Amino acid sequence: MSMGITDIIRFSFSAIVRYPLRAGLMLLAIAIGVASIVILTGLGEGARRYVTSEFSSLGTNLLIVIPGKTETSGNALNIFSGETPRDLTLQDALSLKQHAQVNRIAPVVIGAAYVSYQQLSRETPVMGSNAELLKLRNWKMARGRFLPAADDTRAAAVCVLGSKLKQELFKNENPIGKKIRIGDRQFRIIGIMASEGRSIGVDVEDIVIIPTASAQSLFNTPSLFRILVEVNSRDALEQVKQHIVNTIKSRHQGEEDVTVISQDAVLGTFDQIFTSLTLTVTGIAAISLTVAGILIMNIMLVTVSQRTAEIGLLKAIGASHHQIQNLFLVEASLLTATGALLGIAIGYGGNLFIHTLFPALDNVAPGWAIAAAFLLALCTGLLFAVMPARRAARLDPIQALAHR
Amino acid sequence: MIKLTEINRIFQVGDQQVHALRDINMTIDNGEYLSIMGPSGSGKSTLLNILGLLDNPSSGEYELEGEIVTHLSDEQQAVIRSSQIGFVFQFFHLLPRLTAAENIALPMMLAGVAASERRQRTKKILDELGIADRADHKPDQLSGGQRQRVAIGRATIMQPRVLLADEPTGNLDRHSGMEVIDILENMNQQGITLIVVTHDPELGERAGRKIRFVDGAITVDTGKQ
Ligand SMILES: Nc1ncnc2c1ncn2[C@@H]1O[C@H](COP(=O)(O)OP(=O)(O)OP(=O)(O)O)[C@@H](O)[C@H]1O
Ligand SMILES: [Mg+2]
Repeated sequence: MSMGITDIIRFSFSAIVRYPLRAGLMLLAIAIGVASIVILTGLGEGARRYVTSEFSSLGTNLLIVIPGKTETSGNALNIFSGETPRDLTLQDALSLKQHAQVNRIAPVVIGAAYVSYQQLSRETPVMGSNAELLKLRNWKMARGRFLPAADDTRAAAVCVLGSKLKQELFKNENPIGKKIRIGDRQFRIIGIMASEGRSIGVDVEDIVIIPTASAQSLFNTPSLFRILVEVNSRDALEQVKQHIVNTIKSRHQGEEDVTVISQDAVLGTFDQIFTSLTLTVTGIAAISLTVAGILIMNIMLVTVSQRTAEIGLLKAIGASHHQIQNLFLVEASLLTATGALLGIAIGYGGNLFIHTLFPALDNVAPGWAIAAAFLLALCTGLLFAVMPARRAARLDPIQALAHR
Repeated sequence: MIKLTEINRIFQVGDQQVHALRDINMTIDNGEYLSIMGPSGSGKSTLLNILGLLDNPSSGEYELEGEIVTHLSDEQQAVIRSSQIGFVFQFFHLLPRLTAAENIALPMMLAGVAASERRQRTKKILDELGIADRADHKPDQLSGGQRQRVAIGRATIMQPRVLLADEPTGNLDRHSGMEVIDILENMNQQGITLIVVTHDPELGERAGRKIRFVDGAITVDTGKQ
């Protein structure tokens, strides 16, 4: 003989709705905690996905050669701490072509210059590279041709425009064959890039691409920003990597002063960074649940004292310690579960709202985070309700009944 | 049958001891009708609470239906309270958020009686108590007499052997008090053991066996008549 679960729930429910303010406060406290977990993990996950997809667009068999030796090769953070002990040169890049497993090589020079056509002029990122870059990065042409497959050391005065830049300078006019000015030089437009969106910091829509040697001359530098190397197969990555390091080392008087990273390593590092970021943020959000827990405990204690007479009566008509305790625990669980569901809904809404503000951010809270938030809320609610429920169970029925 | 042997109840208040019950010995047969009278603070309620297992004696032995219940666990005592004992209080103690019918059904709900049987038994008892038309009313929509009838329904719905009433008319006017007493006596005639604590000498006189308490001890016990 014991109370049926539907009866327990119905009984608890009748007690909950009798004190709407108390119920509302508890719901709110839990909902805020859960919603913040859902939103914060959504943001973390969105950032992770964003960066990951940016790097995935590089292509899988890609190696990136960066000037400068990093402590642990493959550590992505060093890409951005641009120390340059010895410059990479175009000759370095060309020397890498020898290896049988190397499919394509694209040297990259990056700079910015004023690009002008007639009266219109604007500062624009300029990229110097070669014909291989198109295939290597999986870019598409909207119109015309990409850079010609010519001798890399030849500084041809041709250029390819990004779609946005073309639109700004030429509106709907056909720019192919027209001449524009980049810095102090004339370039003939031979092609327009398709709107590829963006990839690792390079906005393909808003760029002008010229041959490597032209860029080096334009910016008056012999060095390269980096070298992109496409390898025949994934299995050859390690072998080619070693080959690159050795080749450059021998060209640089025995100094190992380049870093070769693969996309896998970059992705792995970012994945790690963002996962730990998401976890940290989840931890912070979880603290708000603890605060909610303490609020729940206080509210439940008030409830117990408000309902002292009821507890005494229940004991008099046959409720055991255990039953009383369970009644209060179920009540707290009902409230926290409802609050948690409410919080998940609010979190979803919040994520949607943020997504409309930043459409590029795919901020969907991962399933594990939602499940964890729900369970965490439920555990918190139960944990902090145990003490008040015990107090209720231990009330002396006679004094409880005398309480009016 | 109830058998009390050398029951003492001592309350510790600060560093003072209050001897609420002194060496109580008595036997109550099934179906008896007892009234307990005595001055305020003489220990009447304390005795009733011990009989109803809401309180345990400081020493002595309480035997109910052949079983010594003094040292049972809370769980076991709860089972006995649920199945063998009914309480009626001066202040009714109905749950304000539940209807009359729900209040009556509460002990059955706690005991896990199926909902269909609960409905059936509640309806029957509401009819017997003459408050069937008030089944769906909340306590604050009922008169004092009606509330006490609901409380009696709740106390007897589990068909206990013993009905303990602590000043059941103490909060009622004379007329509804008499109605309530009629109902209680009626139940006694059907076989339930009825123990009523009262300050009203006229009510006390109606009982078959009259007990008088002074200072925690029995001074008069008319015995079964
Ligand atoms: N929980 C308690 N703590 C301390 N003393 C108590 C407690 N309960 C009862 N007492 C004392 O025990 C004695 C008997 O109390 P009890 O309530 O049984 O009296 P009563 O006969 O029912 O009185 P009344 O007619 O006023 O209801 C009183 O002196 C009372 O103060
Ligand atoms: Mg009393």
